Amino acid sequence: MPQLFKSSANSFARSSIVVAVLVLGGLGGALFELIADSSYATRQGDAREQPIPFSHAHHVGSMGIECRYCHTGVENGPHAMVPPTKTCINCHSQIWINSSTLEPVRESYRTNESIKWTKVHDLPDFVYFNHSIHVKKGVGCETCHGRVDRMPLMYQNASLEMRWCLECHRNPEKFVRPRQFVTKMGYEPAEPQETLGPKLVREYNIQKLETCWTCHR
Amino acid sequence: MQPVELPDKIHVGPVIDQGHSLASVSDKVAGIVLKRKVTLGWVFGLLLSFAILQNLMAGATWLIIKGVGVWGINIPVGWGFAIINFVWWIGIGHAGTLISAILLLLNQSWRNAINRFAEAMTLFAVMCAGMFPVLHTGRPWLAYWLLPYPNTMALWPQFRSPLLWDVFAVTTYLTISAVFWYVGLIPDLATLRDTAKTPGLRRTYGLLAMGWRNSARHWQRYEKASLLLAGLATPLVVSVHTVVSFDFAVSIIPGWHTTIFPPYFVAGAIYSGFAMVLTLMIPVRRFYGLDDIITLRHLNNMAKVTLATALIVAYGYTMEAFFGYFSADTYEKFMIWNRMTGPYAVFYWCLILCNIITPQFLWSKKIRTSPGILWIISIIVNIGMWLERFVIVVTSLHRDFLPSSWGMYWPTVWDWAVYTGTLGMFMTLIFLFVRVLPMITIFELRMLLPDATVKEPVAQ
Repeated sequence: MPQLFKSSANSFARSSIVVAVLVLGGLGGALFELIADSSYATRQGDAREQPIPFSHAHHVGSMGIECRYCHTGVENGPHAMVPPTKTCINCHSQIWINSSTLEPVRESYRTNESIKWTKVHDLPDFVYFNHSIHVKKGVGCETCHGRVDRMPLMYQNASLEMRWCLECHRNPEKFVRPRQFVTKMGYEPAEPQETLGPKLVREYNIQKLETCWTCHR
Repeated sequence: MQPVELPDKIHVGPVIDQGHSLASVSDKVAGIVLKRKVTLGWVFGLLLSFAILQNLMAGATWLIIKGVGVWGINIPVGWGFAIINFVWWIGIGHAGTLISAILLLLNQSWRNAINRFAEAMTLFAVMCAGMFPVLHTGRPWLAYWLLPYPNTMALWPQFRSPLLWDVFAVTTYLTISAVFWYVGLIPDLATLRDTAKTPGLRRTYGLLAMGWRNSARHWQRYEKASLLLAGLATPLVVSVHTVVSFDFAVSIIPGWHTTIFPPYFVAGAIYSGFAMVLTLMIPVRRFYGLDDIITLRHLNNMAKVTLATALIVAYGYTMEAFFGYFSADTYEKFMIWNRMTGPYAVFYWCLILCNIITPQFLWSKKIRTSPGILWIISIIVNIGMWLERFVIVVTSLHRDFLPSSWGMYWPTVWDWAVYTGTLGMFMTLIFLFVRVLPMITIFELRMLLPDATVKEPVAQ
């Protein structure tokens, strides 16, 4: 009976095991990194085009306008709310009244049609989220949205992955701050967070809400 | 292994007929794959099975488009055909593992002629079984959520749920069965490689044989490996269906919450498995003229195992009824009464007829050794075991604790499509298997022959 395979077939057979493990393992890891866990998938840090290049860096950072001046719903409702055009016009009926960049704002005011902002922080529809309870329990705007005062165009600061939500829901004492500093940008705790955090958790009666139905109702 | 000499009082013949030699056994079994022409019957069977398999295709497609609402499941009966068929298929697989692992460890040489076929049956049955829970999730593309893996949700599966234990039990079962089956195939694949005439076939079987050269070292390692795998597979015969029974027993539904479930399920699994082996083996030995290798003795032995497990299952049914009565619990009592006299009573009594009464015929040796009757009995047992799962799943669920939430369950055409589709898939795989792989373990058969015994020189 003639030889069916060359002797090199043995080496091929052996190395195929290693190659299969490496290729399959590598492929799995790469898929996970690329598809599930990358900023490409989550759009983290991706500055979005807006109908008007509204700059938080300017309004918050340089002008020092407080978050709640525009986002009026944040303390009492589920949505922080994008302000109506009227809020813009409060100031922009006085300043920059001839700016061509702001023409869409004036147009919206004239026609009574809302500006079509692009939603940056878009949670899936199966997630229940309420801003007011987070603000009440001393979660800073900055904790989730990052240094908004340094963002010329708005982007998503966090991944918004469920893992990221749970980081805080499992260990709220690591992130909580006194209520009066909720809207402060660049907040530094006055005493170490290790002692302040647990104190605030007790004071504000913060629960570790980890059940599925906390967010998936 | 010694060739088996049978005491005279057993008149059912030897494990392998007289007149076979080492060469004739190889020729006969390998010839089915290599020399036998493709017959019209085989083509017809394969095409028919493949056509039925399309039911699965249609059923699964429609299910994925529309969701599990196309099935007959509802509240209160959230578990319908999907669970019934899953348990049924998994149970069928158990005979293969029992034959290949436990009978190997017990040195039952009659297993040699049927173990390859039974193992293949196990593998295919587990594949069919696996379809159901995955489809039942409603979103099969997310079925990987059942596995514990690092994810962006920072979540683990619910380890306290028996449904998750099922995932581990079944995947372990599939893996071990596949490895055991393949390891056992290697020496025979080498035989096929050496007998094949065309270079293409030789290379194909050669690749699959992984360089097997029949050296003493190969055989020594082979024996060790198959013994170890048999050791690994043995607990699976008991554990897999135990875990499946936990899906029911761990809950607090009347009729499910009983301690007898694990042993009763395992016995039922082996019962249905042996019935399925008989259902498949009897036609195969006839069409391929294997009466001299799969002898009446095999049928007799398998029928005996079937009868023994039937009696255990009968004990299980009796105890279920007794528990219901003895529990003094309103719901348990009502459940068993409703099962016997309620809207699904017909199914219950059919199940008793199929599973308890029919196998009593197997007390007669005459029936145990007449293939035709045995075949019919085996089919009835298969139907009975399917009915058992139907009765367990549906009668316990459809009468909820509150009469206001009572309901009825009837399968829809899509339930039937998926179920018959898996039957088609199973038969397709069996047809392909008998054609391209040796369905009987050649080298183990050869060990049964008188020529295989070498007289050792007497040490001086």
